[in-house]
Amino acid sequence: MSGPEVNKPAEEAAEPSSTPTSTSVPGAPGNPGTPGVPGAPGSPVKPEREGGGSQLVREIMSGNAMISVLAVVVALVIGGILIAATDARVTTALGYFFGDPTATFKAVWASVSEAYGALWRGATYDPGSRTWKGRLGIFETLTFATPLILSGLAVTLAFRVGLFNIGAKGQIILGATFAGAVGFLIELPPGIHLLAVIVAGAVGGAVWGGIAGFLKARTGAHEVIVTIMLNYIAVSLVLYLLKNQLKDPNSSNPISPRMHESAMFPLLLGPNFRIHAGLIVAVIAVFVVSWLLERSTLGFEYRAIGANPRAARTAGMLVSRGYITVMLISGALAGLAGVTQLAGTEKILDSDIAGSIGFDAITVALLGRSKPWGTFFAAILFGAFKAGGTSMAINADVSIDIVAVVQSLIVLFIAAPPLVRSIFRIKVARRVGANI
Amino acid sequence: MSITAKSETPKVADAVAIRSWKMPILLGILSLFSVVVFIILGPSGTATFRISQDTDAWQVPDLVVPAKAVGALVSIIAVALTYLAWRQTRDSGKIAKWVITSFSVVFVIGVMVWIIGGTSTQNITLVGLFAGAMLITTPILFGAMSGVLSERAGVVNIAIEGQLLAGAFTAALVASITGNAYAGLIAAAVAGVLVSVLLALFSIKYVVNQIIVGVVLNVLVSGLTGFLFEKIMKTKVDGATIYNQPAHLPNLPIPLLSEIPIIGPTLFRQSIIGYFMLILVAALWFGLFRTRWGLRVRAVGEHPKAADTVGINVNRTRVINVLAGGAVAGIGGAYFTLVAVSSFSKDMTGGLGFIALAALIFGRWNPIGAALAALLFGVAGNLQSILSLAGTPIDGQFLAMLPYALTILAVSGFVGRSLAPAADGEPYIKE
Repeated sequence: MSGPEVNKPAEEAAEPSSTPTSTSVPGAPGNPGTPGVPGAPGSPVKPEREGGGSQLVREIMSGNAMISVLAVVVALVIGGILIAATDARVTTALGYFFGDPTATFKAVWASVSEAYGALWRGATYDPGSRTWKGRLGIFETLTFATPLILSGLAVTLAFRVGLFNIGAKGQIILGATFAGAVGFLIELPPGIHLLAVIVAGAVGGAVWGGIAGFLKARTGAHEVIVTIMLNYIAVSLVLYLLKNQLKDPNSSNPISPRMHESAMFPLLLGPNFRIHAGLIVAVIAVFVVSWLLERSTLGFEYRAIGANPRAARTAGMLVSRGYITVMLISGALAGLAGVTQLAGTEKILDSDIAGSIGFDAITVALLGRSKPWGTFFAAILFGAFKAGGTSMAINADVSIDIVAVVQSLIVLFIAAPPLVRSIFRIKVARRVGANI
Repeated sequence: MSITAKSETPKVADAVAIRSWKMPILLGILSLFSVVVFIILGPSGTATFRISQDTDAWQVPDLVVPAKAVGALVSIIAVALTYLAWRQTRDSGKIAKWVITSFSVVFVIGVMVWIIGGTSTQNITLVGLFAGAMLITTPILFGAMSGVLSERAGVVNIAIEGQLLAGAFTAALVASITGNAYAGLIAAAVAGVLVSVLLALFSIKYVVNQIIVGVVLNVLVSGLTGFLFEKIMKTKVDGATIYNQPAHLPNLPIPLLSEIPIIGPTLFRQSIIGYFMLILVAALWFGLFRTRWGLRVRAVGEHPKAADTVGINVNRTRVINVLAGGAVAGIGGAYFTLVAVSSFSKDMTGGLGFIALAALIFGRWNPIGAALAALLFGVAGNLQSILSLAGTPIDGQFLAMLPYALTILAVSGFVGRSLAPAADGEPYIKE
């Protein structure tokens, strides 16, 4: 069970056994704790082994990808309804709806197109903006996407083993804390310093993720509960450190001193843009995770455990070791997300370093159907929402909270394909997905 | 197949429990901690616990104890109990319940004396500690009861935070518009139910993973209330934000009972929400463990197939319980805006929904256990804010971690074994 040539037949043998498992009893019997995650092990996604290009096309062409697109559309429509319903112009026009119905529709159109127009321009290209940063929002999108890619990968990887890592937030915080300690307490030559920061961040995240993996493997403690609790412990811990060991002596607030220049990611496009070399780290991580899951022996074990831990155990795999190592790697990825936040954009550590990235990571992984490249594109979409949401708040006076609403609706719709199908009256030839 | 899996799991748990050294080890570590911290590093001088307030009808004298002596006594008892636990584990594999209970009580007393003795003022008003704790305990407790209702029926409820937040927002909005706090209270319950409708729809009808639904619902409610807060509540009419000035629920002190030292001000000088909370805990405990309804709910949560076989409608039971849980959590959310503070603010629940989840687990899915856990977490939370002013030997952030750390210990089997209902989180599809 070690060489890659052994993997192929073994996996083909494993696939059919996993498919009936997931269609008959959801939630993977034999392991009551395993969540049945869409696109994660257990869902009947056939592996495609021929060339990468055709595989990508097939994934886009498959029903799942279409559901994702439709889910985004429905979520945006509902968001639009909310925007219009709370717009004063629309409510005014509604007052004389029967006198002049077109005025209402005009007001609705104006309200929604203004908001989404600002969202789109803020996320891509805005010719009207005065600054370079504002004009080329696409680079803001990529800046926001960078930590989302990494933390989304963290959640994705754990999903594939059947673990639900809700702890990205805590792992990001720990990663940023470790990275910060190296970044502003220690002086090192350029290059080596950044490398040390990256390694420290990965270690910090891995420690936090590893706790959950270790407890899951050794005591059976549910990783969802443990990671949620670890998130809050991480916040308290970093607050304590920021009041004591990591405190900026020149500030009365619980914040750290600024990172040394040598510890920071170089800016990719000069000082006019925030986009930094962390994006390169993120893209490399996508390749690595992709290779790990699809090509490596470890990844094969992970997928086997995710599909059916009992069968994996029977086949001689160490399920507990799988849980521990995957949470270590997953935590390290989230820790790297913390590094890109701190050493790329924030530069100063505070207790809110993770922001909403921790929970966004879950939605990103779900939208990306727990595939590395799917996660990558989902992260860019959500990065665009973040970049555009800021401009929407400024230019169209629509609170950025609407972005959270749209994001969560997207995930709800994606998680419930029958709902999307019934909205669009899509007929399915083969009954799939009802079990997800 | 799922049946064999289930019958095997407890067997493994038993085998592990036969001679688990986790508890003696944990007690040993805590004993060592008390020897080092209470005796060697302990504060000199006294710790004063003020029991009566100046306005009380019956005055009870203050309790003044020498900090170091109490610390030494606590440490000796702790070491003795640890030795007992070690012997019991070696001989029979089981530790008598009273050993662990008395260890916890003694240790908590030791910690309290150590903390109070170490502050600059060396005294604390117990009434303030407990009555203030209710501000935190109440929403936690309602959230935990929501969790008890839905998780006992087998639906994992991570959306407690969202239910609380929806209740808080709606209560503020409706109580502002109508000028009637009770209308706000009812509206909050409805809002909690609405969140539950989504939870039930997606997790029971569309069989989406319940944890995903819960996580997403929290984000959805946070975004939605944040958006509406900006759009509606911040809108000024004639220079005032009229949609965020809720009427408040009055305090209704119960005669005589409210005069009891400590307990009176804590439990019997509350608003209607507080009394409802006391009744709810008792009713839920009685309902779950002493009535036919409770037996059915627990059957659905433990073994839905068996419940279905004897004619219980599994999914209907689950839907009803999830909706009831939503109403309970919604009322808990109303506590924020109708009792605790004067208006709604964005994300004002601040993670208490997750502490409620922690209380639920630490209380082992039992209403009374969860209520006691909520009280413990409330006291710890309030102690943290009191102590942040007084300067203490222990940083407030460590008290803030306490609920979460205890919960991790509980789920990993260090503090007893906290086991969820067997079918918790598993959708049921009739074959």
